[in-house]
Amino acid sequence: MLTLFIQQILNGLLDGVYYLLIAIGLSLIFSLGGIVNLAHGAFYAIGAYLTVVLGPHIGFGGALVVSPVLVAILGIIFERGLFQRFYRADPILSLLLTFGLAMVAEQTLRMIFGAPPLSYSIPSWLRGQIFLGDFIYSKYRAMLLLVAALCVVGLWFLLQKTAFGRVVRAGVQNPDMVGALGISLKPYMMSVAALGIGLAGLAGVLLAPIYSIHPAMGQEIITPAFVVVVIGGLGSFWGVVVAALLVGLVKGTTIALGYPQWSITVIYFMMLLVLLFRPRGLFGERIQRFE
Amino acid sequence: MKDMNRLASSISRRQALAGIGVAAVGVVASPSIIRAQSADVIRFGHLTPRTGFLGPLGEFAVQAVDLAVEEVNAAGGIMGRKLEILKEDSVNPQTASTKAERMVERDKVACLLGEISSASCLTIAQVAQRTKTLFVNTGGNSDALRGANCNRYMFHIESQNSMYVKTCGRSLMAQGLVKGKKWFSLTADYAFGHDLLKVAKRFMEANGGQFAADKLVPTDATDFSALLLEIRAAKPDLVISNLAGNQITNFLKQYAEFGLDFPVAGFGFDTALAWAAGKGNFGGTWPVVWHHLIDTPATKAFVAAFTKKYGKPPENQAWGDYNIVKIMAQSMNELKSTDTAKLIEHWEKGAKFDVMKTRPGYFRASDHQFMHEMYTIQALPASEIKNQWDIFKSSGPVPGPSEDLEVIATTKEEAECKMT
Repeated sequence: MLTLFIQQILNGLLDGVYYLLIAIGLSLIFSLGGIVNLAHGAFYAIGAYLTVVLGPHIGFGGALVVSPVLVAILGIIFERGLFQRFYRADPILSLLLTFGLAMVAEQTLRMIFGAPPLSYSIPSWLRGQIFLGDFIYSKYRAMLLLVAALCVVGLWFLLQKTAFGRVVRAGVQNPDMVGALGISLKPYMMSVAALGIGLAGLAGVLLAPIYSIHPAMGQEIITPAFVVVVIGGLGSFWGVVVAALLVGLVKGTTIALGYPQWSITVIYFMMLLVLLFRPRGLFGERIQRFE
Repeated sequence: MKDMNRLASSISRRQALAGIGVAAVGVVASPSIIRAQSADVIRFGHLTPRTGFLGPLGEFAVQAVDLAVEEVNAAGGIMGRKLEILKEDSVNPQTASTKAERMVERDKVACLLGEISSASCLTIAQVAQRTKTLFVNTGGNSDALRGANCNRYMFHIESQNSMYVKTCGRSLMAQGLVKGKKWFSLTADYAFGHDLLKVAKRFMEANGGQFAADKLVPTDATDFSALLLEIRAAKPDLVISNLAGNQITNFLKQYAEFGLDFPVAGFGFDTALAWAAGKGNFGGTWPVVWHHLIDTPATKAFVAAFTKKYGKPPENQAWGDYNIVKIMAQSMNELKSTDTAKLIEHWEKGAKFDVMKTRPGYFRASDHQFMHEMYTIQALPASEIKNQWDIFKSSGPVPGPSEDLEVIATTKEEAECKMT
């Protein structure tokens, strides 16, 4: 019984990681551009559909690389074409824009691929389970976890240890000062959007073999991802990471205690508590522009 | 004119774009255009979820209805008049009833057809009763609709939960998976799931099954890993799914991923979900009202016509919507009337209809449930699968040829309908 309980808690922690790839992109795009990207889930869905389309030709491994790149390019097009016009505008406008985009994207997927879910399976080389004593884990999820962890570490390195990251972080805190120093934020904004949206596409590829692939799948993931961002605190890299693990942990514990029906409700309850007692989020930094 | 020019140039590109966007959304979102009334047309109203977690099934329903209408009109329409169908996304129970009311009062439809959600069936049935319009449910399974909530104006071509449970249950008993066996179930946490669990428990208890545990699953949950760990630890003899929609696909994919080998069965199912789970992931024993591999001439003709028009075979949701349009047209032509009271009388008297199976079916007068054959399907071994659609094998019709069609339906004791 205890083994099961421990296993549930570990599984919960890993469960949280699935939201992480979406949440990090959301948080980045919001921090730098002030855009609450409600269409972020749509890019996740596009990533999954691209896997179904490309998979038979270039294999899952190929799709794992190509699909996120294509989604990132799409992200650049949207950033240049639409998002950049709203960086300094009332957030309500960008909220409406991305809300509309999400609907258009969902309907477009429905028109092209039809409403019924599409099938896609785990490639044969990643099938199977890992057994450690009484513990069991799927080989595929272990790979998923590894890829997600690499992305998070890579992103952290990029933001904290490189010249690129320093400009982005400065841009988050004080874009006017960055401008006054003669640095144009434009290419940085574009790169951040491409990165964030590309990560959503990557999440789509990674989850396609184990989740149902249907036009509204973006909506399914965007809400919990937002919850993670709100709990973690905007602008905080590790805040989002910790919040994702925390959400997974609480979910896992709820199921382990025998209440799976509350496993979704409980994360909204967590968000409510955070909003009531610490609206900035657990690790949220003070961002001048948003105070 | 000059002023106009100045006005035009003062509108920024952004405002123009926003305007175009709003206009585009308006066109997409606007409900059906009001059609002029004319005497030479007979209209049916069709409501079904086109979006949300039942949307994938709704698409098959709509495609089937379109095909049926085409065929009815090609065969001369109804009493020489053209059949026209108004189709709407029912969205949720409240919207469903508003749209049903509009179809009856403004568009003067002769009858209402459709639905998948049991909750929406209930609100449409209330409109049907109030306006004395015939409503035929093509996809809501809840027993309560045929029991406590039954009404004179609502008929059901879709099978009730009890028919699904008893059909699949027979197959499970034949496999020795019921008597003295420990079963573990997962149930969709909403009206349909709860109703199905109740019926499933009744069946399993009556036949000597031992209930191990039931876990309620939120309808928007996508990850089943935690529940799979619970199942693995409980070591049941049988895993039962009372899940719905995309939940089933997610469950099947992840069940295969975790490599659990306890037998799986479900009491509610749709072929589209088996297709979505795909070869190698789809497994277990499941009940269906109909499927595209049934060996009757009518099924073959329907599957051929549907595949030609839409490039894929129909799934079971298409069966109900297609057949009810045909049944309605046939009945109206026979009676030479669209009168609701006459239709109800005709059906209650036990008129028989061919529904592409080995035996014709009929509406049972006591609760308006359509009595017809059902089937269980099981996954084919991977080596025998030739394409993405034909991934299962079917039982023969249930009930068998020598049995009464009513043996799988609810008995008077299980669900009583007091027609109002």
